[in-house]
Amino acid sequence: MYAQMIKTARTGVKPREEMSEQERAFQDKIDAGIKIEPRDWMPDDYRATLIRQIGQHAHSEVVGQLPEGNWITRAPTLERKAILLAKVQDEAGHGLYLYSAAETLGESRDELIRLLHEGRMKYSSIFNYPTLNWADIGAVGWLVDGAAIINQVALQRTSYGPYSRAMIRICKEESFHARQGYHAIMKMAFGTPEQKKMAQDAVNRLWFPALMMFGPSDKDSVHSEQSMAWKIKVKTNDELRQQFVDQTVPQIEYLGLDLPDPNIKWNEERGHYDFSDPDWSEFFDVIKGNGPCNVDRMNARRKAWDDGQWVRDGLLAHARKKAAAKVAAE
Amino acid sequence: MTRDEAFLQFLLRMGDNTLILGHRVSEWCGHAPVLEEDIALANTALDLIGQTQMWLGLAGEVQGEGKSADDLAFLRDVWDFRNVLLVEVPNGDFGRTLMRQFLFDAWHSIMLGRLLKSSDERVAAIAEKASKEVAYHLERSGDTVVGLGDGTEESHKRMQEALDYLWPYVGEMFASDEVDAEMVAAGIAPDPTGLREEYDALVGKVLGEATLTIPDSRFAHKGGRDGRMHTEHLGHLLTEMQWLQRAYPGATW
Ligand SMILES: [Fe+2]
Ligand SMILES: [Fe+2]
Ligand SMILES: [Fe+2]
Repeated sequence: MYAQMIKTARTGVKPREEMSEQERAFQDKIDAGIKIEPRDWMPDDYRATLIRQIGQHAHSEVVGQLPEGNWITRAPTLERKAILLAKVQDEAGHGLYLYSAAETLGESRDELIRLLHEGRMKYSSIFNYPTLNWADIGAVGWLVDGAAIINQVALQRTSYGPYSRAMIRICKEESFHARQGYHAIMKMAFGTPEQKKMAQDAVNRLWFPALMMFGPSDKDSVHSEQSMAWKIKVKTNDELRQQFVDQTVPQIEYLGLDLPDPNIKWNEERGHYDFSDPDWSEFFDVIKGNGPCNVDRMNARRKAWDDGQWVRDGLLAHARKKAAAKVAAE
Repeated sequence: MTRDEAFLQFLLRMGDNTLILGHRVSEWCGHAPVLEEDIALANTALDLIGQTQMWLGLAGEVQGEGKSADDLAFLRDVWDFRNVLLVEVPNGDFGRTLMRQFLFDAWHSIMLGRLLKSSDERVAAIAEKASKEVAYHLERSGDTVVGLGDGTEESHKRMQEALDYLWPYVGEMFASDEVDAEMVAAGIAPDPTGLREEYDALVGKVLGEATLTIPDSRFAHKGGRDGRMHTEHLGHLLTEMQWLQRAYPGATW
């Protein structure tokens, strides 16, 4: 998922008897499955939590351009280059819808970007891992977009109307990305020995980071309960992670690649695959800024923003001149 | 030079222009000044790569050696490339990238307009599809050049510098040689020299609105469209673009 460890103001759910009249009516609406719309009353913490979650999701789409952009100029065929360009263009578009959804809550895109650049907002941990060989591009589409879809399909039912609608729109494109990614890696898994080696390397490196996308285990996820009650979060981290593993293991097997975790095994009793936990200390390192690419990613984004200042200023100045000329002419 | 030899050269010129410019534009991915520009630049690059597939696909057909568009894009060396030098110069800042785009789009849209009437149906069909995309590219790059030229003092200065740097690369788009003469004779493509007047009018109007001054030199760097002398930059670009195909020959991707 693109939103990890979103903090609410409190741990646990606010008990009904502590709620005001308004809060109770709000919760009843959510329980009845009625969407909350921008003009509706909402608790401050609901608004703040959503802004953080949607903002983090938007930032993830934007920063996510970088690891994929890393291979656009080296794509091996014209068709692969075109597919990758189209995908990255979609991701930037997702960033736009999501910033717009956050704007309906009263937070501007510029402010969210400022918070990101100051290190006060995060993006998904997955984008702090490098893309090292061409198979990584297939693996990102298949595993990363695949993991994002599992989370985002659940979020289509989220209580906030604009967010839910953004998810519905985005999920269609993400599914397309995941399919294309799988095709790209399939081509390699069934290709030359070197290509197969690249595919295996990509799966080995990206498997655990992909599992981390769903966030820490439920028992360590202290902010989940209120978000679940508000239907900002719809399924638990562990449920989503299990769903991802169950869907992905047979796909790895179909590719004829080795499983990236020796403990992956079908558990007849549970009706699910067993698997190893990712190394959560690594996850917390990445979240704290010590992942392999954190510094480079943020420097790249800040540089793009700073280098672009004169462009934004210039276009704004021109738009003002034009508007003034129009007024003068009237 | 036989007609097919000339036709091949013409197709490589069209396809290499879009390939190399598409590559350059794609280098911006994730680094644009604002998200809308990331989207627009990716979209422009995508259109150009799509056009490359058509031009080089047809080039392979005309050549008749069983080469695909990918073979031509990824397995030729610098001296076989036929793009104008303008499209291979490095991106520079956003202003230079957009100025280069505008100077190319203006030529491209006029050229494609003529190719709609090509005697070769395949050329006319490619032009038909590409001209719609390029009309949009031109509108965008023209608006951006105007906005930045007539923006702040700094944006104006940067756009003027971009224009001064790029202007000597404009003339090559209007050079004519025996390939062009052969294409004119066959009714396949116009004489590039004949496009200059329309170009100057179009570019002059936009750059005037942008409050920019066209350098008064008509000096033109040449050597790209006939492959005699590319810039030093093209070799680096190809090194990056062709790496996987070169390192793992015979693999399919
Ligand atoms: Fe996305
Ligand atoms: Fe994504
Ligand atoms: Fe995606």
